[in-house]
Amino acid sequence: MAEFRMPSLGSDMEAGTLLEWRVKPGDRVRRRDVIAVVETEKAAIEIEVYADGIVERLLVQPGEKVPVGTVMAIIRTEAEPDTPRPTASEPVSPPAPAKAATPEPMEIQFPAADRRIKASPYARRLAAHRGIDLGAVQGTGPGGAISAADIQRAVPSAPAEEKSRPVPAEDKPAEGPHTAMRRAIAAAMARSKREIPHAYFQTRIDMQRTLDWLAAENLKRPIQNRILPVVPLIRAVSLALEEVPELNGFWVEGRHRIAEAIHIGFVINLRQGGLIAPALLNTAQKGVDELMAGLRDLITRARSGGLRSSEMTEATITITNLGERGVETVFGIIYPPQVALVGFGKITDQPWCENGMLGIRPILTATLSADHRAVDGHRCALFLDALNRRLQEPSTL
Amino acid sequence: MNIDEIKPVIFGILRGIAPESDPSTLDPDENIRQALDIDSFDALNFFVRINDTFGISVPESDYGQLNTMSEILGYLSNRME
Repeated sequence: MAEFRMPSLGSDMEAGTLLEWRVKPGDRVRRRDVIAVVETEKAAIEIEVYADGIVERLLVQPGEKVPVGTVMAIIRTEAEPDTPRPTASEPVSPPAPAKAATPEPMEIQFPAADRRIKASPYARRLAAHRGIDLGAVQGTGPGGAISAADIQRAVPSAPAEEKSRPVPAEDKPAEGPHTAMRRAIAAAMARSKREIPHAYFQTRIDMQRTLDWLAAENLKRPIQNRILPVVPLIRAVSLALEEVPELNGFWVEGRHRIAEAIHIGFVINLRQGGLIAPALLNTAQKGVDELMAGLRDLITRARSGGLRSSEMTEATITITNLGERGVETVFGIIYPPQVALVGFGKITDQPWCENGMLGIRPILTATLSADHRAVDGHRCALFLDALNRRLQEPSTL
Repeated sequence: MNIDEIKPVIFGILRGIAPESDPSTLDPDENIRQALDIDSFDALNFFVRINDTFGISVPESDYGQLNTMSEILGYLSNRME
């Protein structure tokens, strides 16, 4: 008998709201099947199951918010006989924290003149699915942000008398998605800075060869297969990690654990505010075309809903790319329990000396934040050196 | 296709990329990437949609010429001639 629990979808998650079950009692499930959709402070995530078996009982109802670790379902694993059902009075899960009891967090103020409709990705998907005009929905989050719950309330359209009735206090979300996401990010970042002794390293990389190679590659490709400049960077990080595997892993219970597979978390900013860092799984096995396809898929799902729990939990290192908006250098904060974060800034033309000659080259500032409990400066230097070397030989990417 | 016919199609593509935006309120000379918070991934999607819709493949070397509504409309109507 396996207990299916509310997973921790990142170090910043304390609780999640079950949006829907994708299975019912009696259904056969296999490892990695998506069996539920859970909304966290950041996004609606498709939750995979980690055992083969048959769904015995569902213990949490859609709409319930439960803490991480709460048993949500019982899966009868293969080879187990039918067992007598436990009595209904058996306590199955800790009571969900009263929604109204959470202290009112500080609201983020949005400019009143903002012309955008603010809505969570899941709310957008739900609205599109049900043909609801977001403009006609009253958001209850900060700045009028629309949550999935607002959309659910919007259909079927309530009769007039329903509308005039005040919403019961306990049904009203205590906070909108923005405030909740901000709090989640705050908790994770504060924990990281409190616990992890960060060491920072920086190097400047001549990107001329990689950019020339990329331009030539993209000329050969139809437009939908063009590769973004960040993709060779991801590939180079992956190859450099094979040389310095110490940076690919976790610090857990006072010990450094090097991960076998490379799953690179990639920081994606969300249109309605906030960010999320799902993983490109098994990066080591993927060339630039596969990485581009994977990145396209990941960004699309991060912004429209449909990330999977494995993508939220299995990242072994994270990349943040802030070059889009002109940031030259970023020293990022490590996502616990990972031990490293790689930061890329904007590629800018700079004076550059090579072989005694001064020229103008497109220069990238690459940084590494590392957990000094797990790795020393020497290994970090080797990593940045390997990264640079790979980007000077783009045909090997 | 003239500019008045291309315009609503471009607005539709931009709305698909930045669903919370109202591209029709863009100033003709406003930088679209900044105004609608378009990143390189969104920009690539934009050019893919342009290709799907008008059959015009914009080479990477021309990306820099297409920053505003008036630049985009001018470029596309030129390429259609």
